[in-house]
Amino acid sequence: MSGLMRELAAGRRRLLMDRSSPGRVGATLPPPDVPEQELPPDSELREDLDFPEVTESELVRYLAQLSQFNFSIDHNFYPLGSCTMKYNPKLNDEVASLPGLAQIHPLQPDDQVQGALRLMYELQGYLTEITGLAGTSLAPMAGADAELAGMLMIRAYHHERGEAWRRNVLIPDSAHGTNPASAAMSGFDVVELPSDAHGDTDLEALRASVGDDLAGLMITLPSTLGLFDSNILEVVRTVHEAGGLVYGDGANLNALLGRVKFGDLGFDVVHSNLHKTFTQPHGGGGPGAGPVIAGPTLVDYLPEPVVVRRASSDESAAYSKGRPVKSIGRMGAFHGNFGALVRAYSYISTLGREGIIQVSEDAVINANYILSELRDCFDLPYDRSCMHEVVFSARSMNRDHHVSALDVSKRLIDYGIHPPTMYFPLIVEQALMIEPTETESKETLDSFVAVMKEIAREAREEPHLLHEAPHDTPNTRVDEARAARRPELRWRRREAAEQDQGGEG
Amino acid sequence: MGSESFRSPYTPNTDSDRRRMLDAIGVSSAAELFEDIPEEHRDPVLDLAAPLSEMELSAYARELSGMNAAPGDYACFLGAGSYRHHIPAIVRHITGRSEYMTSYTPYQPEVSQGTLQTEYEFQTLCSLLTGMDAANAGMYDGSTSLAEGALMAARITRRDRVAALDTVNPRFIEVLRTYTRSQGIAVDVVSRDSPEIGDRTAALLVQSPNFFGYMEDGGRFSELAHSKGALLVSYVDPISLGMFRPPGDYDADIAAAEGQAMGVPTTFGGPYVGIFACKERYVRQMPGRIVGKTVDTRGRTAYVLTLQTREQHIRRERATSNICTSVALIALMSTVYMASHGKHGMRRVAEACYQKSHYAASLIEELPGYSLPIEGTFFQEFVVECPLPPSEVNRRLLERGIIGGLDVSDRYRNGMLVCVTEANTREEIEGLAAALSEMGGAG
Repeated sequence: MSGLMRELAAGRRRLLMDRSSPGRVGATLPPPDVPEQELPPDSELREDLDFPEVTESELVRYLAQLSQFNFSIDHNFYPLGSCTMKYNPKLNDEVASLPGLAQIHPLQPDDQVQGALRLMYELQGYLTEITGLAGTSLAPMAGADAELAGMLMIRAYHHERGEAWRRNVLIPDSAHGTNPASAAMSGFDVVELPSDAHGDTDLEALRASVGDDLAGLMITLPSTLGLFDSNILEVVRTVHEAGGLVYGDGANLNALLGRVKFGDLGFDVVHSNLHKTFTQPHGGGGPGAGPVIAGPTLVDYLPEPVVVRRASSDESAAYSKGRPVKSIGRMGAFHGNFGALVRAYSYISTLGREGIIQVSEDAVINANYILSELRDCFDLPYDRSCMHEVVFSARSMNRDHHVSALDVSKRLIDYGIHPPTMYFPLIVEQALMIEPTETESKETLDSFVAVMKEIAREAREEPHLLHEAPHDTPNTRVDEARAARRPELRWRRREAAEQDQGGEG
Repeated sequence: MGSESFRSPYTPNTDSDRRRMLDAIGVSSAAELFEDIPEEHRDPVLDLAAPLSEMELSAYARELSGMNAAPGDYACFLGAGSYRHHIPAIVRHITGRSEYMTSYTPYQPEVSQGTLQTEYEFQTLCSLLTGMDAANAGMYDGSTSLAEGALMAARITRRDRVAALDTVNPRFIEVLRTYTRSQGIAVDVVSRDSPEIGDRTAALLVQSPNFFGYMEDGGRFSELAHSKGALLVSYVDPISLGMFRPPGDYDADIAAAEGQAMGVPTTFGGPYVGIFACKERYVRQMPGRIVGKTVDTRGRTAYVLTLQTREQHIRRERATSNICTSVALIALMSTVYMASHGKHGMRRVAEACYQKSHYAASLIEELPGYSLPIEGTFFQEFVVECPLPPSEVNRRLLERGIIGGLDVSDRYRNGMLVCVTEANTREEIEGLAAALSEMGGAG
């Protein structure tokens, strides 16, 4: 690459403040149309706002170019385990931008927003039906927020019964990090629960862990190993007999849609990630939404608000926001991430009963197909059929060819495929967790399988291709240690000075 | 309409694909793959409606949308934590791009530089706007930013109480209680006029402009907090910072804000984006995602999620917060808003809100039966004491095509919190005054 080319490439990465030029304007405002009012004294006003000055045209060029440095589900296959990166229907975005849904204010009186409340009421009903529980609050703004809500509900339940000493929450060793973090934030002590040789909950360890201090269990079903815990009924019974309650992390609900209901299995409270199962676009890290859904024991503790319908009242005010009698309170200032709720509602409505059941069937077939096609290339720590995702291990590959799960993942990028989730769950060495989702075709899966086989060959014969991957991205592997050791978290003026001296080229 | 032959436009597998895949897997039917589910609970009745086609769903959604009184069709004077400002067209254009909208959290920096660099821009602009040293990549909303600020102050000071002025949005206090109750942290709501805080207080929480729209004396509360060894957590309106002194100017330790005002539709309450900023010395105690600058193996500038040992996926139960999926796309909306308005545009928007709201106040104050009970400087919201209960005033306003302000009669007699931004035209403002005037006569 020539010097000029390098300079141009670096130029595309220049930050806004380094693109600023005094006098450029990016947004116009109408001239003042009211009689001039006296401004407050200077002592209350800021002297200067050090902000960029760029035109709209430059801003679009910059951000459009930057966008091309991203992989996205519209452009790439994303077999990212436990994240359910499925296709995001465009119809949902269009519905969510209807003015009567996108432009309404959260504090308008209920009688002005009956359509929005009806949508929320119906979505509550869909989620309650899909999970087989008693009631739903749409308030939590993400999965972890819902976990916090659910665990606070369990805490409030025990406190109300005068059993505040129940402080222990059991969490399987395969759980997402949010589970222990949410339990701790809810004031509980976390007790890790081992998995058995089949990847199910270790029943003996469970029985040894339950006592008078048990508050409950947080369990992901299917687990992050992609397995449906075949001990689940015994697990729930054991926890209940000890006076504990069961929280179900619904991160992997995609596998269970229409196949089994959490309520039938005895779960007390679960959440659903609308940005996984119900196609809210992931947005590069949100927004999501995490409705929390409770059984009869906990339904009165749901966070505020829950939309209720008064059958007898007149049509113009049938729906209203209510507060469950023992509610744990508010999770945010308003009623949850309504924009995400609209998309999920649109998605469920367009699939209906048949479509919803087809989702789980195809998600599970696709994952098992990958399992069967790649089982000769990678280690399979739990040799049984999986649900919506399959966890392989690169352990042998790493031992024999010094090629790690990270190297395999980064090499996938060269083939235009997003890496799978790796090194998770923590209990699988060199884990590669693959979730294809139901929205990928057999052709896509076949080409993925071909790529993975080719990478396995490269690992044996040309491992440097993996060690140095990815090759053609705007950045090669980055120095994460340096970023953490000496945090640079924002643009500063001195950087501009360094750049002027040619430090950036 | 749905029928047995329903085919989802989102699932490409045909019956023949499924047959071939099941053969490869070595099972005779998909049902065999679900056999770990206890038989008695397998394949339950699922009571959902039949699928709707795109045309049917669109029509139904338009019907629901049409049942709501949408600001835009109505003049709207509601604020109280969610604000209508003009949103430049490029905000939706940029954030609607698939590359931003349908990408995952940027754990893989080589394929996420677009998200990472724009988040770095967000952190930069939020730092500059608040006058703070550093900002994270965003929290769920302003209220949870404030609550996380209180928790962070408790971690830093190792104290177990937080004090909030009684002029903080009462909904924020409710969220604060949800977040703190289980962690053994008590919330004291203290008088703004004579706040008392003790040596167990970790933080003083001040909102400016406050819930009623008026500016608080940041310097005074900063001195008070620091004299007691507590931190100052300052909640601000980002648009107001186009003209008013930022928290960094009065030595706030943590600043929180609702970013919605910058480029995000009111959307019935969410998704929004919480801004979270702090002093340099506290960055390792921050919750949420943080993007840092680094280099790649060829020495080129790159951005990456950093200080991840604070976070739940590494630290688990000892993380600074449980937050995972946040609001990256909404942060991008605010980033585009800030960048397109820039140095002068931010000031002009702020001044337009100030001018118009003060014009509205001057008209209403003159009306018989109406008064402004609060002294001081307000930004874009103010309380009006009405001759009638605000619920009745609002009912009559709606008949005239106006969505009135928030009922705050629990704090001020027949009090209504009126919000006027640059998005309100002079005609709307004068229409409001005229409508109120008619009612004043009737009352």
